[in-house]
Amino acid sequence: MTSKISAQNVQVFYGDNHAIKDVNVEIADHEVTAFIGPSGCGKSTFLRTINRMNDTIDICRVTGDIRIDGEDIYDPKVDPVQLRAKVGMVFQKPNPFPKSIYDNVAYGPKIHGLAQDKAALDEIVENALRKAALWNEAKDRLDAPGTGLSGGQQQRLCIARAIATAPEVLLMDEPCSALDPIATAQVEELIDELRQSFSVVIVTHSMQQAARVSQKTAFFHLGNLVEFDDTDKIFTNPEDPRTESYISGRIG
Amino acid sequence: MTRSLLNVDARTAKRNASEKRFRGYGLAAIFVAVLALIMLMTSILTAGLSAFQQTYITIDVALPEDQLDKSGVRDPAAMAKVTTIRYAKVLKQALLAQLEAEGITTTLSDKDVAKILSKEAAATVRSRVLANPDLIGTTIRIELLASGRIDGFYKGRVTMASAALDGNTSPEALQLVEQLAERGWVETKFNWAFLTAPDASDQRPEAAGLGVAILGSLYMMFVVLFLALPIGVAASVYLEEFAPKNRWTDIIEVNIANLAAVPSIVYGILGLAIFINFAQLNQSSPLVGGLVLTLMTLPTIIISTRAALKSVPPSIRDAALGVGASKMQSVFHHVLPLAAPGILTGTIIGLAQALGETAPLLLIGMVAFVREYPAAYTSDAGLFGEASTALPVQVFNWTQRADPAFVERASGAIITLLVFLLFMNAIAIYLRRRFERRW
Amino acid sequence: MSLTLAIFVICTIAITGWVSALIRVRKLQHLQAARLAALPKQYAVNAVLSGFIPGISVILGSALALRFSGAAPSGFGAFCAVAVAALGTVVALARITPDFRARVHVESWIKTLLIIASSIAILTTVGIVLSMVFESVNFFQQYGWTGFFFSAEWSPNFRGNSALGILPLLWGTLYISFIALLFAVPVGLFAAIYLSEYASHRMRAWAKPVIEILAGVPTIVYGLFALITVGPLLRDYFAAPMGLGQSASSVMTAGLVMGIMLIPFVSSLSDDIINAVPQAMRDGSYGLGATQSETIRQVVLPAALPGIVGAILLAASRAIGETMIVVLGAGAAARLSLNPFEAMTTVTVKIVSQLTGDTDFAAPETLVAFALGLTLFVITLGLNVFALYIVRKYREQYE
Repeated sequence: MTSKISAQNVQVFYGDNHAIKDVNVEIADHEVTAFIGPSGCGKSTFLRTINRMNDTIDICRVTGDIRIDGEDIYDPKVDPVQLRAKVGMVFQKPNPFPKSIYDNVAYGPKIHGLAQDKAALDEIVENALRKAALWNEAKDRLDAPGTGLSGGQQQRLCIARAIATAPEVLLMDEPCSALDPIATAQVEELIDELRQSFSVVIVTHSMQQAARVSQKTAFFHLGNLVEFDDTDKIFTNPEDPRTESYISGRIG
Repeated sequence: MTRSLLNVDARTAKRNASEKRFRGYGLAAIFVAVLALIMLMTSILTAGLSAFQQTYITIDVALPEDQLDKSGVRDPAAMAKVTTIRYAKVLKQALLAQLEAEGITTTLSDKDVAKILSKEAAATVRSRVLANPDLIGTTIRIELLASGRIDGFYKGRVTMASAALDGNTSPEALQLVEQLAERGWVETKFNWAFLTAPDASDQRPEAAGLGVAILGSLYMMFVVLFLALPIGVAASVYLEEFAPKNRWTDIIEVNIANLAAVPSIVYGILGLAIFINFAQLNQSSPLVGGLVLTLMTLPTIIISTRAALKSVPPSIRDAALGVGASKMQSVFHHVLPLAAPGILTGTIIGLAQALGETAPLLLIGMVAFVREYPAAYTSDAGLFGEASTALPVQVFNWTQRADPAFVERASGAIITLLVFLLFMNAIAIYLRRRFERRW
Repeated sequence: MSLTLAIFVICTIAITGWVSALIRVRKLQHLQAARLAALPKQYAVNAVLSGFIPGISVILGSALALRFSGAAPSGFGAFCAVAVAALGTVVALARITPDFRARVHVESWIKTLLIIASSIAILTTVGIVLSMVFESVNFFQQYGWTGFFFSAEWSPNFRGNSALGILPLLWGTLYISFIALLFAVPVGLFAAIYLSEYASHRMRAWAKPVIEILAGVPTIVYGLFALITVGPLLRDYFAAPMGLGQSASSVMTAGLVMGIMLIPFVSSLSDDIINAVPQAMRDGSYGLGATQSETIRQVVLPAALPGIVGAILLAASRAIGETMIVVLGAGAAARLSLNPFEAMTTVTVKIVSQLTGDTDFAAPETLVAFALGLTLFVITLGLNVFALYIVRKYREQYE
């Protein structure tokens, strides 16, 4: 199986701080890959290099080679705007725009010109909301502000918003950390379904969550990728002692 | 299957172009703002810098006793009765004599020759003589103001062509002065009198100075400083440290925010109605001006003082209370000293604002023509009660005069005002840099 | 005894109180070994304040009473003031005992002073309103309010028979403010956007202070700029060639210069407001592949809109109340016209012209200034209250 995302010798610096040290990872298509590790280990930072969100931070510098479908995304010819349309992102805290539910979802298709007319746009919005399992709750109040939804609904709205842009990869940065257990369960279920259409990379601080949703797991520690393997293997039979101590709760 | 990331598609190219345009608008906006500032400053500087230079003509003036002190006993009272008109005649004779001695001939009438000197010149000679009566009978060499047009000629404002159309001077007069200048009698030098002399009438822009205005502004700043600072600090301390959260303090808060945005001219109306018409304080006095400016500045000072008090962390208050200090002691011994730099900075900025304020002062009569230096205290007028004017009002006053030389004076006055403001703001910035503390 | 003299006497009493309090405390310390309940200084300050504050209050009260009753100063008030001050000091001195907690009393006096100081803000507002309302009532007794509010003619005449309609003045005010905002809002807003979203650290470090210099320049300077530079420039290069007028002072002159004055006002307020929009909102948009300008236009600005509207309203209130720029740049002719290159006049200009020079506080031509002032105050107050409300609501939303 060819990998969707391939990272070689990736280093990330924040000013003088060496945040990511020589990470190599291959992420497959139609799989959920989880990044776990103690806080500050660099898992979110690494996630943000995949769609070049780090570009928005002045002092951040990325070296190494990250390829999606074999194309170097840090090539000067690559427009980060196009890249981010292909690699969608869902953030830790639900951050709906101060617009209606409909406009939140339609925002991406509009700016990328995915819909020819209003009907096509309606269809994209409906599909995205359905995929995000929000359609039934939201279909009667598409004009209501997105900020008026509950936390879990807001996060699903943000997922719908990301799906609507028709990405190929979906990055999720601790998408459930601000949610209650019920909402978390809903989102996790959703992630499993999303695997049909995208390759999903999820950062999580919850090992149980990683075990539940992912096929592959990467363990980060102090900026190093310590271990990367099938999720089952990582949680039952880790090779590295650091992984083992983290899994068993001795560090982290 | 998917588009390559390495090729920018047409839509993205279009979006990037619009991104560039948007950025361009932002850059253009900053450019416009900076350009406006540059134009403003250039315009004022080019118009006003020459006010700090002044043209003088040196003349040997014979002071005949038979004209200036007929009695011959040097009685000051009698001598004071001789008016400037008499001195003007003496001066004209001296000027003609000087031209003759230098061998300069002119087609101008004697009266027009005398016009190259300022109307102020006779008064200058007179006051010199009255100060020292022994000069009578001698010949003194004295430096006198050239008239506004002659001065303008040396500053490029008046040309031969414009002089030909001008009722107040003529090309011949300019040539005459040029000849005097060749022989070293004319000099243009730094104009101290502009900063120290009082205002002068419409007819003699060359003599007009800022002395009274600077003094008046200074008095007002005293009043503002000594009223607004303590009241502002006291009010802020109460609101920030002691006030219970209730309707009354809410009303005060909203009130202060609104007072800061009330048009300044409204404060002028307040001053006119309350301080002058009701309390019957003296019109045009720095006291009333200072009171009006105090009320205007208070909101600014209160707002910045409260910000300074807020920035002192609660742990300091807790520490003081913890060793048994009362609330009042914790505030006055610990919080206020720590907030002092911030308070001072806010006060200086408030003062700078007050120094440049014009509109309210117009309404309380500070636009009057004042030639006497106001005293800080007199038994008749009380403290700061004598009529005065102020720097920005003097600027306004000069813009209303007909002679174009007053535009130069007004711009010069503005440069002076801006120098004061620059100085005050520099102190404020220094204080902020020097004492700023991050908790 | 005059009130001024009374002030001197009260000051003397205060100093005496200070000294004798210290002497008494010293004696107490010698006499009894007991610890005092307060520091010697606190006893002394209490003695001073107990006499000084009531004394000065009586002086202020009697000065006001004299002014209202119109009676000749009799010396009674001054006498009372001195008596009260002396009494207060004596009582404070008598209470100096080891158990007397002087600090508590000093602090309550000081608190009284603090409360008085903070009430001055209220008194100022009351003073503003009263001073204008009284004279406006006088005005409306002599001149009908319909004529004032609804007449399109303004031609004051000190011999009587003036037409004092506010409409042409309001028109000039609003027209000039409109042009000022038309210039200042885009420039200020774009400058703020560029500085907060695009500019490098170094550029921000110089551009922000440079723009803020514009805010520190007194309005008389802008007025002179309008008079000697902008006015002639607009006349010679725009108005005259286009056949729109021959006047250097015009709506355009005043509006443009006022616009320059408002740039830093709009930009610094917008800057605060744009910065208050959470970064998460921007990230959400970038994460979807939006460009920076799309993010600003479609996410940041809509989110900041209420705040920006508030800022614009505050700027409008500034423009409406601005005086010196219009006095020097707009002209004195009351006129209802659409041509921006014609001289027009404003409410503030007429307040100045009716209240300077020879004024007769019985004539409607003078009194009209107070009615104009009241109208101006009400309009700006309305704008300010509304704008401050919006801005405050907006801040709360993201706190």
